[in-house]
Amino acid sequence: MASEIELIDVTKRYPGTGQPAVDSVSMTIPAGEIVVFVGPSGCGKTTTMRMINRLIEPTSGRITIDGEDTLSLDPDRLRRGIGYAIQQAGLFPHLTVGQNVGMVPGLLGWDKTRSSDRVDEMLDLVGLDPGDFRDRYPRQLSGGQQQRVGVARALAADPPVLLMDEPFGAVDPITRGNLQDELMRLQAELRKTIVFVTHDFGEAVKLGDRIAVLGPQSRILQYDTPEQILANPADDTVAGFIGAGASLKQLTLLRVREVELSKAVTASVTDDPADIRAKLTEAGRGFALLLDDRGRPVSWVHARTPGRPTPVGDSVTLQSTLQDALEAILTEGGAAVVTGSRGEYVGLVEIDTVMSTVRRLREEAGA
Amino acid sequence: MTFWDFVADRWNRLVGEALLHVSAVVQCTVLAAAIGVGIGIAVHRSPLGSAVATALTSAILTIPSFALLGLLIPVLGLGAPPTVVALVLYGLLPIVRNTIVGLNGVDTSVRDAARGIGMSRAGVLTRVELRLAWPAILAGVRISTQMLMGIAAIAAYARGPGLGVEIFAGLTRAGSANATNQAIAGTLGIVILALLLDGIFALVGRYTVSRGIRGE
Ligand SMILES: Nc1ncnc2c1ncn2[C@@H]1O[C@H](COP(=O)(O)OP(=O)(O)OP(=O)(O)O)[C@@H](O)[C@H]1O
Ligand SMILES: [Mg+2]
Repeated sequence: MASEIELIDVTKRYPGTGQPAVDSVSMTIPAGEIVVFVGPSGCGKTTTMRMINRLIEPTSGRITIDGEDTLSLDPDRLRRGIGYAIQQAGLFPHLTVGQNVGMVPGLLGWDKTRSSDRVDEMLDLVGLDPGDFRDRYPRQLSGGQQQRVGVARALAADPPVLLMDEPFGAVDPITRGNLQDELMRLQAELRKTIVFVTHDFGEAVKLGDRIAVLGPQSRILQYDTPEQILANPADDTVAGFIGAGASLKQLTLLRVREVELSKAVTASVTDDPADIRAKLTEAGRGFALLLDDRGRPVSWVHARTPGRPTPVGDSVTLQSTLQDALEAILTEGGAAVVTGSRGEYVGLVEIDTVMSTVRRLREEAGA
Repeated sequence: MTFWDFVADRWNRLVGEALLHVSAVVQCTVLAAAIGVGIGIAVHRSPLGSAVATALTSAILTIPSFALLGLLIPVLGLGAPPTVVALVLYGLLPIVRNTIVGLNGVDTSVRDAARGIGMSRAGVLTRVELRLAWPAILAGVRISTQMLMGIAAIAAYARGPGLGVEIFAGLTRAGSANATNQAIAGTLGIVILALLLDGIFALVGRYTVSRGIRGE
């Protein structure tokens, strides 16, 4: 279940300010896709997003969800039908995890059993054991766990639309990577329409089906797939922002063996799922790479479903160009598997590695 | 007569006055809490409103209690009415101030999330903001109660009820038999009652403040 969102000439002028914070923005957010708003601080990403659920009322213009004008709806009711997750999670500290997640079903008047079944289902979905976590309070959770609960709360009433404002902004890079993997796994299942705000272009490339690069006053500088934006930045501002410029072309000149590879958690295809799970828990990672008896990569498994692997699609070799690696990352999501001369696993190229290489090349070119 | 003989002799009367004293203080605190929290809710979003409400309620506290009673008696007569009005007025400041502080202490991200998931304004106030401000509000009410225990004694000046009667009688008869005993009995009674009430507040706190926001 998903909905198309359309912004038509939307403008927001805060009282007492000269320039509008959002100036006449029009865009269509297709049903079932993740659209990422990315842009420098203060450019109006949050304002634009919050006009969709009317936490901020547009000064002029229209926003429709599945063709229905949001201004014609009761704002509280509108918001109950739109998932909302923010940085710092914004959990209610006086309520347990279960009560937090069950809040929207409660507001919608679901009965107790349906609500509590749903809470357990949601906690399970975001990788938290309901038995262990349902009765804890937010302060008894790590930052990453709080973010998961925030996402579970946003999803609890099965809204067709999800708004996420830097939901992983306040956690360490490893946890952020895991949460991103988790969100992509969820989205593969749920197919919601997700508007995701970040100022990390790497995160945008990893998560977005489409990326809207925004400039001051939320002006849309480019709105396209990550591949297109990386390959053909619309102008120098976009190129500058994605840290690429002319140097993106240089990715075809660099080989995978020239960058530092990261390590996946690995296991053998014959390993017991429970052992794999324990290994992942210990390493604090979400995914493990399964290798066959000759060390060749076969499939990925997620910590929560160690019995259900998904096959490795595109992989690259040490001789491949970084451009190939980037394409593999974009199709595979998150990281590309690198194999050696006999097809054996040697490491991973992660999106962050590609992005920092691009940045380095650019600095060298500028120097 | 020793002090303890005096207390034993007048036990029934002292207990009666103690009950009246507590009941006056508790009722006035409840009234002050209802009014004070209401004022706090009304003004907490506006810095100017908060400043005015705090200044006005502190100004009340600076009026000596004798003077306030003296001003109220011509208007309201003797007995309960001036006592109640004076106690409620004195009790306002800690409650108003702590309500404002407590509500302003609610994390903006929590308020934002509450609105964002579709709680109505009233829902956000009653189900989130007041719950989170509750420890501060309760602390304010507790301070008011302690203050009013002492101030209530002065109500005897307006022929109000309570242990103040003993203290006043003792002080006006200074030098005569049992005068000191009488004043001490009244004072000690108030101190004991104050400690008891404080214990009850600690218990109320234990059972009404969510474990999620209790500092432990
Ligand atoms: N309530 C407000 N009143 C007045 N101006 C505001 C208000 N909220 C935001 N602004 C202004 O509007 C502009 C856009 O703000 P917004 O929060 O949408 O930016 P953002 O892109 O989300 O930034 P960040 O990446 O830092 O979160 C900024 O210049 C900001 O100062
Ligand atoms: Mg923002």
